[in-house]
Amino acid sequence: MDLTSFLIQLLNSVQYGLLLFMLAAGLTLIFGIMNVVNLAHGSFYMLGAYLAWSLTAHLGSFAEAIVVGSVLSIVFGIVLEKVLIRHYYERDHLDQVLVTFGLIYVFEELRAMLWGVDVHGVAVPALLSQSLPLTENQAYPVYRLFMSGVCLALALGLYLVISKTRLGMRIRAGAFNREMTESLGINSSLISSIVFALGVGLAAIAGMIAAPISSVYPNMGSDILITCFVVVVIGGIGSIRGAMVASILVGLVDTFGKVLLPSAAGMMVYLLMAAMLLWKPEGLFKP
Amino acid sequence: MSTVRANLELLPRGLQVALLLGAACLAVFPFAGSDFYTQMVTRMMIMGIFAMSFDLLQGVTGLVSQGHAAFFGLGGYALAFLTPADGPISIWWTLPLVVVGITALALVIGFLVIRTSGIYFIMVTLAISQMIFHLFFDNKPLGGSDGLYINFRPTASLFGWIPIDLESRRSFYYVVLVAMLLIFAFLRRLLWSPFGRALAGIRVNEHRMKAIGFNTFAYKLAAFTLGSALAGIAGYFYGMLNGLVSPELMAFQMSALVLMMVVLGGAGNFAGAILGAFAFELMLFIFKDLPTVGPVELGKHWQLWMGLFIVLLISFAPRGVLGVVERLSARKAA
Repeated sequence: MDLTSFLIQLLNSVQYGLLLFMLAAGLTLIFGIMNVVNLAHGSFYMLGAYLAWSLTAHLGSFAEAIVVGSVLSIVFGIVLEKVLIRHYYERDHLDQVLVTFGLIYVFEELRAMLWGVDVHGVAVPALLSQSLPLTENQAYPVYRLFMSGVCLALALGLYLVISKTRLGMRIRAGAFNREMTESLGINSSLISSIVFALGVGLAAIAGMIAAPISSVYPNMGSDILITCFVVVVIGGIGSIRGAMVASILVGLVDTFGKVLLPSAAGMMVYLLMAAMLLWKPEGLFKP
Repeated sequence: MSTVRANLELLPRGLQVALLLGAACLAVFPFAGSDFYTQMVTRMMIMGIFAMSFDLLQGVTGLVSQGHAAFFGLGGYALAFLTPADGPISIWWTLPLVVVGITALALVIGFLVIRTSGIYFIMVTLAISQMIFHLFFDNKPLGGSDGLYINFRPTASLFGWIPIDLESRRSFYYVVLVAMLLIFAFLRRLLWSPFGRALAGIRVNEHRMKAIGFNTFAYKLAAFTLGSALAGIAGYFYGMLNGLVSPELMAFQMSALVLMMVVLGGAGNFAGAILGAFAFELMLFIFKDLPTVGPVELGKHWQLWMGLFIVLLISFAPRGVLGVVERLSARKAA
């Protein structure tokens, strides 16, 4: 592997890692604060991708589709939290696993009824469709840089909200000790709604911006969901910082695994996880 | 956990009678139903074995594995690899070999995953089974995404003498029925042995078990390994029944479905696991067979009904059929 292709793979790893972070951050927050295991998180990613596809077709603009799609998915998240998820905060993990597993089937079938079962493509917006030439025959697509940029900006925004604002302080307090937070007069039910909707929003935005490069297909949520679980386990459940480090790590292992060892590529991230568990059973960072 | 929620470990008299009647019905079923239904019930009984194997982990010991399907699938794949291209292989040595192989693998995996607990255990078992799934899914020599055909069903031939013709749907049905009943009897016996009591103690309060001197790690590892081996047997039978194994058998959806079966029936007493497997398979059959009402093909959207059923069941009757029975009988006693 020469230096240029190494660089390209490095950029791809970071881009994939940042995309994983968008989902893993929501998963880990929802677990850290509401103590809920959400198997349906991958469905929100799929929802985003399908929204991007169908809204782009209707509105004619990818940018508008992202804005409208984000609003729609956040509303969807709020409704889902109010109707179903909030009744599961105090329940067993087992019940949470099952109910969100049932949701996967509901979402997949609704998707099939609404949008069909075909694979779709979303065109890369014209503005971002160029490639940066690196050598005579190697180039890097601008769109991937744009994706990384969006993810980085959102990650930074998330960091600022959680560490610098009053809302963030309440979220952290809720994760640390929910009962104590409530007894201090903080409306933790509202905080839960916000956190869940935030998680859904981040996953859906990830799905939307990933749509042009990954295409839009049934069950696209399940694969990425399991990878995100690996990220969350490696990073330490409930830790945003851990999710960031682990996302990049998993992105690197997965991307370079596919290049260097194609036949074992699917297994690489899981081997990484097994190794990590032997070394640090509680994950890299404790929240 | 109150005494009423002791998982119906002691099956009430009425339920015992119902189970005996059920077993009797199963024994005469092949003479009443067509080949199609015989095959369907065989499948249900195989899922019953799979569900009981999971119940040992989840219902008895409290280990919520989300990777149990890996061992089920491996049982089927092992049969596919052992079956030569030109003829059947003997069940007498392949089934024990599969059990030994899966036991060894489960010991290694269990040694890794049982170090974790709670939510980590769920996620880690999920990830390990996905790793095994990808190993088979990504590699063409291992069948790839299409899976592998088992061209010849194993034979029960012993030095030329054939005690049971496994090719016949009906005799295969009885083999699976006997296996299911034997495994049920074995697990019920185990449940009330000192070993089973220790496992139940770990579910209720692991710290206390540790404090009174039990090596809970070893007990959990033993339960994990035994459950996995039984799942392997179920997978072996499944391969025999279908003549085809595919990576979906090992996917996390399969692990969640078996959890669903056990929860649907009622966990921790093995009777519920069988009941749940039967009820769930029957329900899927009904959902897939729903009529077309006007322009809507209800049967085509069976996944929606299944998903909604799961969500509603967990929301309103989280302890399944036996939980409802138990609540009713508790009310009568009060």
